[in-house]
Amino acid sequence: MDLLSFARGPALWASLAILLAGTVWRLWGIFRLAAKEDFSEPRSTRLIAGAWRAIVGGMIPKDEFRNSTTLATSNAYLYHVGLAVIVFGYLPHVYFIERLTGLSWPPLPAAVAYMAVAVTFVSLLIALMYRLTDPVLRLISSFDDYFSWFIVFLPLATGMAAINPPFPSGAAPQTPLAPVPVALHLLSVELLLIWLPFGKLAHSFLVFISRGMTGAECARKGART
Amino acid sequence: MSDLDQQHPLELDAPRFRVRKPQLRVDKQGALDDAARVTAALGGFVRDFSRATAAHMEACVHCGQCAQACHFYVTTRDPKYTPIWKLEPFKQAYSRQAGPFAWLFRTLNLKPEVTIEELEEWQELIYDSCTMCGRCTMICPMGIDIAGLVGLARHGMFQAGLVPHELWAVAERAKREGSPLGATAKVLKERIEWLADDHDVEIPLDRPHADVIVTLSSIEIMKYPQSIVAMAKVLNHAKASWTLRSEGYEATNFGMLSGNAEWQRESSMKMIQAAIACGAKTLVLPECGHAYGALRWQGANMYGKPLPFRVLHISEFLAENIRNGSIRLKQLGTSLTFHDPCQISRRGGATQAPREIIAALGAELREMPSTGDLNWCCGGGGGVVTIHRADDLRYRAFEIKMRQVEDTGAETLATSCANCRQTFDDGQAHFHWDKKMASLLELVADNLAV
Ligand code: SF4
Ligand code: SF4
Repeated sequence: MDLLSFARGPALWASLAILLAGTVWRLWGIFRLAAKEDFSEPRSTRLIAGAWRAIVGGMIPKDEFRNSTTLATSNAYLYHVGLAVIVFGYLPHVYFIERLTGLSWPPLPAAVAYMAVAVTFVSLLIALMYRLTDPVLRLISSFDDYFSWFIVFLPLATGMAAINPPFPSGAAPQTPLAPVPVALHLLSVELLLIWLPFGKLAHSFLVFISRGMTGAECARKGART
Repeated sequence: MSDLDQQHPLELDAPRFRVRKPQLRVDKQGALDDAARVTAALGGFVRDFSRATAAHMEACVHCGQCAQACHFYVTTRDPKYTPIWKLEPFKQAYSRQAGPFAWLFRTLNLKPEVTIEELEEWQELIYDSCTMCGRCTMICPMGIDIAGLVGLARHGMFQAGLVPHELWAVAERAKREGSPLGATAKVLKERIEWLADDHDVEIPLDRPHADVIVTLSSIEIMKYPQSIVAMAKVLNHAKASWTLRSEGYEATNFGMLSGNAEWQRESSMKMIQAAIACGAKTLVLPECGHAYGALRWQGANMYGKPLPFRVLHISEFLAENIRNGSIRLKQLGTSLTFHDPCQISRRGGATQAPREIIAALGAELREMPSTGDLNWCCGGGGGVVTIHRADDLRYRAFEIKMRQVEDTGAETLATSCANCRQTFDDGQAHFHWDKKMASLLELVADNLAV
């Protein structure tokens, strides 16, 4: 089996299995505990609405904090949106997802995807620079923070190496023109999938739970989130 | 008097209530050995873990934004005051022993074991530098309830005997005498008698039946007795059938603030039982922030079922009675700025009640820039005002508040928490500041329309 077949076959399935099992295990760590019954008289019983308000509202920084957080928040926005554009908008990725799931959608123009790569690349470097230089971030950062950064950066770097020679447009060939860089890129993505549930990248699903629970609690009390 | 009272006598004439400065830098209670303290701290921390607390323990992305919301970080720029860092040993212990990947963390030694030295170092972070104001949750992109987690960490620290002495002494005294500041039932009765006499106001105590049971904060009883008079005036004006009860009048809860869940329950149960005994339909809490959190939001859980009466903060009671016409007010005609007590507004949800009252008083409300649910804490909540060695830190945090108040240019400054009020009084004395904190309840009582 060559490297590409390995990356497209057993490695992909194994990483997806670990992603799934790890996510279930991590969620079980939370949901195995009882939700505390609260006997206090609620000010509002619209808890689900409160949870959603917190989940959605949490994406918009509050005016009161704008001065102190605009830079960091904007940068975080850049790489989150950038990554989403690359993963879901770049033609080869759309093909890849279609092969895997049967779902497909029209890709974004290549130029937009390349722009997103550039922006995300710089933005991730800025994020790392913050982490290395800001006294608060330096103090609170652990192995997880640096490793997770690396694990996100790696597919971006290997992906950039796999861009050339250009992917022929029109159809998805079974064998890319440069199989080894593509295989390495795929393996790096698989590494990300494997790590995701175990470290802080799990915030991709924990964010709904954590924000939602706070939102429901605040709704119960009639307080703002 | 117990040994403790002699070791740490209360300074009743000081600008705020406190015990004499203890010499030790790190305070310890009891005779547990170091290993037992570490075990007790973690055990106490996770004992009351719920689904929500576990979610919050798991969710941090180490973005550091919470630092920008905390008055202790913002005024010192010392990274150790970053809210989430205050929980570091507890996070570490959680990952190693209680989290979903505990076995992995232990086997690979990914997180070192928590040591007694760390816990001692963290005593300052868990107590002196967190007022449990909850402002950090408002900035946190993951919505983590850090104040709630600090509350649980305090459970652990209490079990481990690692509480700052002053706070411990005050909590112990509350447990022993029924009041943290010596406002025993006998003292209360005497005070009520002279206040009723001096001010010619009826203050019912121990009526067998009443619709409304009123509770007080020891700080009011001992330091702001005019608040009791104000309480009586407004309730009489509203023609309420009300009473104080000597078996359950103390609303402060130092068991909760220090981290002793059992003492917290005992304090709450006294009020609950007193309310039930006199058949009250409503229990009114005094101008005290943490008393609101303790009874309004945690009381029923201490009781184990829904309370058979409503719990209202005095500001909610006033707003409700102004709305229904039972309380009529004269117009104040001044400009006023309001300091939100964190536990009543942000963490209590009763943010609008004081604003309704201020509108009814006809005062021009000049809001501070970050206000209501996003207010800055006065720096003295969560028991911090009792802790001596935290004074300098607290004064720095207080400077934010002073600046904000000054910037409004308002003539009057009011709040609805006696603990905030004593923090302001102390800050005022320290900075020789010419602004005096007023009580919203007293403003109302002084302006009742006859
Ligand atoms: S609860 Fe308040 S005092 Fe405590 S860490 Fe958060 S912002 Fe700071
Ligand atoms: S703001 Fe929230 S997610 Fe960010 S470091 Fe603080 S607690 Fe963690």
